[in-house]
Amino acid sequence: MSSATTHVETTESHEAEHHGLSDKQYIVIALILAALTAIEVSTYYVDFGPFFMPTLLILMTIKFVTVVSYFMHLKFDNKIFSYLFYAGLLLAIAVYCGFLATFKFFLKQG
Amino acid sequence: MAESAIVRDHGVSHVAHASSTGLSNNKMGMWMFLGSECLLFGGLISTYMLYRGRVSSGPQPNNIFDIPFTSVSSFVLLMSSLTMVLAVSSAQRKDDRNTNLWLTITALLGASFVGGQVYEFTSFYREGLGFTTSLFGSSFYALTGFHGVHVSVGIIMLMALVGMNRNNRIPGDKAEVVELIGLYWHFVDIIWIIIFTLVYLIPS
Repeated sequence: MSSATTHVETTESHEAEHHGLSDKQYIVIALILAALTAIEVSTYYVDFGPFFMPTLLILMTIKFVTVVSYFMHLKFDNKIFSYLFYAGLLLAIAVYCGFLATFKFFLKQG
Repeated sequence: MAESAIVRDHGVSHVAHASSTGLSNNKMGMWMFLGSECLLFGGLISTYMLYRGRVSSGPQPNNIFDIPFTSVSSFVLLMSSLTMVLAVSSAQRKDDRNTNLWLTITALLGASFVGGQVYEFTSFYREGLGFTTSLFGSSFYALTGFHGVHVSVGIIMLMALVGMNRNNRIPGDKAEVVELIGLYWHFVDIIWIIIFTLVYLIPS
């Protein structure tokens, strides 16, 4: 009785935790990511002119957010996990900007 | 008992501690670790972006990069994220057979990526780009080398997980353990998404 109750509780708990997508939906997302990668690689062969850099940066951001949101389940998980991860990411971007600004400053001084 | 839950697995009781937020401490720790890893790779990517144009001697980035080859490597790593999420999905359904299958495929795809990176490093070295040849060479090898080490560590964790799962020696919530390793694996994939664009596709 006790074992059966525990089993039911565990199953319910897993159903509640299984907040992701179905396997088919994961495959569709992977195909979209593959298509976006193909577009990225095409910029090496096709001249995108002034849209070259924005296209690559936008595609990179879409791929990044898609993997984090769906494959890493951040979209469905508790917001605290998002805050923890994106805080680190934003701090990293701030470090990069600060780094660039510092070099610019030293180049002006030199 | 409010802050902990007893999980009985194969007759053995494990106490799965939750934080004051009611969330898993393990998962919280993994996300904090990944947040700190963003800083590590942020620093390495920043350094590369600053130094990639500084080539006093040796080959220029655009002369040695083999974009078709690296594109295939990137595709392989991207698809390993799919197989990893399928492993997590199988673990949540308590399907041990498919969990092991997808974890093994993920490790093999990761090994293919690392093999490609070793081949790439070897060919770059033969073309005259050593670690100390130029600032570009140092920052390039440091960035992609650190990433390669992360992928290698991920492969070891995946294979260890398969071994432990086969022997039924994963402690506590098995699905959560697979999910935590999955988070690490997806992280190395998203870092490569950035490296592939900023290092390989955008010319210096």
